[in-house]
Amino acid sequence: MAQDLKLPRQKIDLIAPPYVHAHEQATKQGPQIVEFRLVVEEKEIVIDDRGTKLRAMSFNGSIPAPLMVVHEGDYVEVTLVNSDTNSMLHNVDFHAATGASGGGDLTLVNPGEEAVLRWKATRTGVFIYHCIPGGPVVPWHIASGMSGAVMVLPRTGLKDPAGRPLRYDRIYYIGEQDFYVPRDTKGKFKSYASHAEAFPDTLETMTKLVPSHVVFNGRVGALTGKNAMPAKVGETVLIVHSQADRDTRPHLVGGHGDYVWETGSFQNPPQVDVETWFIRGGSAGAALYKFRQPGVVAYVNHSMIEAFELGATAHFKVEGAWNDDLMAQMKAPAPIMPRTNSP
Amino acid sequence: MQHRWNILLLASAIAAPMTMLAFVLGPSSRSLASPVPVPDLVELAPGTFRYRVSGEFTRDGKPVSAPIVTIAIRHTLAVMRHQVTAADYERCVAARACSISDIDAASSDHPVVKVSWWDASAYAAWLSLETGVPFRLPKDEEWAYMAGSRFNDDALPERAYASGPVQRALMAYERHASREEIDDQTAQPIGTFGMNENGIIDMAGNVWEWTDTCFTRNVIDERGEIATTSVNCGARVVEGRHRTYVTDFIRDARAGGCSIGTPASNLGFRLVRGEKPSLPRLFLEHVRRFFGLG
Repeated sequence: MAQDLKLPRQKIDLIAPPYVHAHEQATKQGPQIVEFRLVVEEKEIVIDDRGTKLRAMSFNGSIPAPLMVVHEGDYVEVTLVNSDTNSMLHNVDFHAATGASGGGDLTLVNPGEEAVLRWKATRTGVFIYHCIPGGPVVPWHIASGMSGAVMVLPRTGLKDPAGRPLRYDRIYYIGEQDFYVPRDTKGKFKSYASHAEAFPDTLETMTKLVPSHVVFNGRVGALTGKNAMPAKVGETVLIVHSQADRDTRPHLVGGHGDYVWETGSFQNPPQVDVETWFIRGGSAGAALYKFRQPGVVAYVNHSMIEAFELGATAHFKVEGAWNDDLMAQMKAPAPIMPRTNSP
Repeated sequence: MQHRWNILLLASAIAAPMTMLAFVLGPSSRSLASPVPVPDLVELAPGTFRYRVSGEFTRDGKPVSAPIVTIAIRHTLAVMRHQVTAADYERCVAARACSISDIDAASSDHPVVKVSWWDASAYAAWLSLETGVPFRLPKDEEWAYMAGSRFNDDALPERAYASGPVQRALMAYERHASREEIDDQTAQPIGTFGMNENGIIDMAGNVWEWTDTCFTRNVIDERGEIATTSVNCGARVVEGRHRTYVTDFIRDARAGGCSIGTPASNLGFRLVRGEKPSLPRLFLEHVRRFFGLG
C-alpha cells in the first residue's frame, strides 16, 4: 500500500483552469506521493451568451477539470469523491497510468462514495484523464465536461531537441470541449429538468457527431474579454491543450509554436517553429511560445468555423513594446492610388 | 437581350411612379381590408448637437480619432418609439414584401432580430406603401440625436492613437471587456431597457439598430479638415451600446461584426418618418437610382 512506499507526501490543492497550481519545473528532490482530490459535480451550466443551458458533469466544478502537475517517478494518489447530491455512477481513467482502464475499473463510485487510486507516473508528457463509467453513458459523461489533464514533467525539466533546458514564465491549461445540446422542432436549444431527462435526446444528438458548441474552458467566451489570459512581451508561455473527444488544431494568430510536443510526450523531442499543431481526440499536447509582440493574440482551433461559429477561441492579452522590425504598417488602409511607371 | 431589358425598363418606369403615388395619395387599397397602423412615433424638435462622426480617419497616413462636429437637425424628427417587433416584421413577410428571417417567435413584445440592412430597407419600403407615410432608416447622426444620453461615444482618447495600432487595439479591447455586459444576450421584450429622456424605448439595449449611413474612410489634412472621403456602402453604421460597422447582408453579427472586440449581440432596427417628397422628385430619384447614378 501507499504507506509501504515510505516516500514523502505532498498534498496539492487543485485550481480551476486556465490556471495551474504552483509547481517546480525541474526538481532535485526524490520521488514523492502527490495527493489530489477530485470531487464530481453534476450541475446545470450556461455555455454561451445566449443562455443555452447544459446538464454538465465535472470534476471539481470546472470544465475542463484541473491540470495536475507531478514529476516522473512520482506516485499520484487521487481521492475521487462522488457527493450524495449527484445522481450517477462516476470514475476516472488516467491516460498517464498503466492498468485497469487507467484506474477506471478501480474507482467506480456511487453517489455518497469515494475511492482512492494510486498510480506511478512512469511516462513524461501531458495526458488527459476522463470519466469512463461504462456503456453508452461513457461518451455522454465526456461530452458533458468530465475530462482534465495531468502533466508529468521530467525531473530535470523540459528540453529542446538539442537537450538544452527550456523554461516557462507562465503556464495556461486550455481544455477544448465539444457539446451536443439538442434542439427543439423550431431549432431552439432545449433545456432539461434533470440529467436523466437530458440523456436520450443528447445521445441522439451526439451520435450525429455534429457538435452544437466547441468551446475552450466550458463556455463560449470563457477565455476572452474579461477572462483573456494575460502575458507580456518577452515572456515564455507553456500552453497545455487537451481534447478528450475530437481532433483539434490549435493556432496562435500572429504567432507560432516555438516548441511543440504535439502528441504530448516529453520523451520525444519537440517540433520547432510550428504554424498549427494537431491534438488528436483523446490526448493532450503542449506548446511553448515566447511572445514577441504586444496585442490581443487569438488562440484558436484553426477550423475557423469551430473557432468563430462554435466558440473555440481564446485571447492572450499581451502587454509590451511593439517591434517595428518584425512588422510595421507602411500605409494605413486608404483608397487605391493610380500606379505610376518608374522612370 | 436588349429587347428584354427595354421591357424591364419600361415596366419599371411605369410601376415605380405608381408605387410612389401611394405616398402622395395615401394608403394603398390593399390595406383597406386590414390596415397596417402607423407606428407609435416620438417627435423630436429640431436642434443642434455635437456629434462624433462615424467612419475611420487618417492624418499623414496614421489613424486618428474621428472629429466631433456640430450637427443641425433642421426638421422635426419622428421616430418609432420602440424597435420594429417580430410581429410587425412577420406581417411584411406574410405580404411577401420582406424575406423570411430567422425569427424565433413572431411575438408582438419582442424586437425582430437577425435582420440585415436589406431586410430593414425592404420593411421600410413596405411600411411606407401600406401606411402612405414614408419611412426610412435613420442616418447615423439622427440616431445619435434620438439616443441623447444613451449615445455611447466610444472613441478612444487621442493618446491611444499616438501609441500605435496595437496599443490602440489593446485599449479598445480593455474598454469593451471592462464594460458591464448583459449576461443574457438574447433579445429581450420591448421595454426591458427603459426609456431615454426623449421618450424612446430601448435605445442602446442589447439589440443594435441599422442606420442608413455608409462606412467611410476619411483623410484629414493639415488644417484638420476632411480632405477626402471614400464611401463604402457595402457596410453600414450600426448603433447600440457601441458603434460598429456591419456588412449590409449580415443578419447575425455576433461572430462577424468585428474580429476582435465586442460585436453587436443582435441586429434589429427602428425607422424614422421620411420626408414626403414631391412626385416629380421621386420620379427623378427613381430614374437616377435605376441607372445607378444615385
